[in-house]
Amino acid sequence: MKQSSPQSDARRMDAGQPGAYYGHGLPYLPLGDYPGKIIAIEGTDGVGRSTQIQMLREWLEVRGYGVTETGWTRSALMQPTIDIAKASNTLNKLTFVLLYATDFADRLEKEVIPALKAGFIVLSDRYIYTAIARAAVRGVDRAWLRSLYGFAIAPHQVFYLKVDVDTLTQRVLESRGMDYWESGMDMKNADDIYDSFRTYQNKLLREYAAMAHEFQFHVIDARRRVDIIQEELRRKVEVFLASSP
Amino acid sequence: MLNTLTSPHEYPGKLFVVEGVDGSGKTTQIALLAKWLSAAGHRVFLTEWNSSALVKAATRAGKKKNALTPMTFSLLHATDFADRLLYKIVPPLKAGMIVLADRYAYTAFSRDVARGVDRQWVRDLYSFAVKPDLALYFRVPIEVSIERLMARRVKLKFYEAGLDMGWSTNPVESFRLFQGKVIEEYDRLVDEYGLQVLNAAATITEQQHLVRQLVARELESSDEAVVATV
Repeated sequence: MKQSSPQSDARRMDAGQPGAYYGHGLPYLPLGDYPGKIIAIEGTDGVGRSTQIQMLREWLEVRGYGVTETGWTRSALMQPTIDIAKASNTLNKLTFVLLYATDFADRLEKEVIPALKAGFIVLSDRYIYTAIARAAVRGVDRAWLRSLYGFAIAPHQVFYLKVDVDTLTQRVLESRGMDYWESGMDMKNADDIYDSFRTYQNKLLREYAAMAHEFQFHVIDARRRVDIIQEELRRKVEVFLASSP
Repeated sequence: MLNTLTSPHEYPGKLFVVEGVDGSGKTTQIALLAKWLSAAGHRVFLTEWNSSALVKAATRAGKKKNALTPMTFSLLHATDFADRLLYKIVPPLKAGMIVLADRYAYTAFSRDVARGVDRQWVRDLYSFAVKPDLALYFRVPIEVSIERLMARRVKLKFYEAGLDMGWSTNPVESFRLFQGKVIEEYDRLVDEYGLQVLNAAATITEQQHLVRQLVARELESSDEAVVATV
């Protein structure tokens, strides 16, 4: 196969190693040994990811690190399309998965990889795992999902903010309330949004738990106070950054 | 991984697809086939690659800004396909109709790989597709297809000509290089997925005669199967 391979001298990394593709990857974009890092914060809705990311960013920048953020459905290409899709409620589960994957691919090529090359720390508000969990609980083949996201780069660190359904329920009700998608109402588990939310979130938590080992999550107890969680994140990030060139 | 693209479907309907590069004449052939089948009293539904409204919007936005990478191009088309499969292709198959598809997953297998997407990855990606009862591949030398497109004064489109790859700024030269690679990939699929090869350099009538023969055989064989089970 004669593909264009601009960087044949670039050091090849094993699949699944931090900074390397999980699977087949993008053959037309071989990865080198880039100075940047990907740190992903995962967890279900309402768990406090964005607050933690904000604080982590502040801390890293004070320490002199270049930081850039990326988040789900934020790509210029796909955001309008995904919004239309959510509003119209006509998409099937496979189409949704593929739209999200397109969004992810767009951000990976246009934001994440350039940032890695330039030596930034990329803070990712969710990575591929939420997408995989949501699709898997809707019955999409798990092996297929893993193959699909084989073009993703394995992050250097994944923090999974773990919370139980009771805590989550109260937090979500306290803040903005339950919405249609976060409650998995499309799955028709229950007519009542409260029951649907709990059933759906329980299923999601089981998916995350199953992935924790497979994708080497750092599991963080997110039932604790914001500053205590942040302290633990900083400690782990610090150890990692100190140990890497 | 479940792979429905490689195992026969159990719908009462039939799925016939045509494949080939631009200028291979496949669209002409499928239109003639539809006429013949309708005249014979069959219920026919025709579907085209890249035709769902939702994805059209995204593709258009991406194309305008030349913003699609080989990967997002591939994923967008898969999204479109998944949408059409569920809403347009499977229902008529369940209703026992004949579905004619102008391009199918094999287009992605040849086009996306020509752009540098991983060969196995894209095959896995489409493993949820329905296996066609017959896949006709209109094979044509690249020069013939260019001649035909030029004769019709067709303006070569950006992505169809592979101009996004930056191999040549001349649209015709770019088309030749890109579609040349597409043909190489199609040729791999013939054995792998059992595509039925037709010589697209032959006359329209000759080709259509063969197409109808192949389709008739497929329809008869399933009639016999029905009779046998009765």
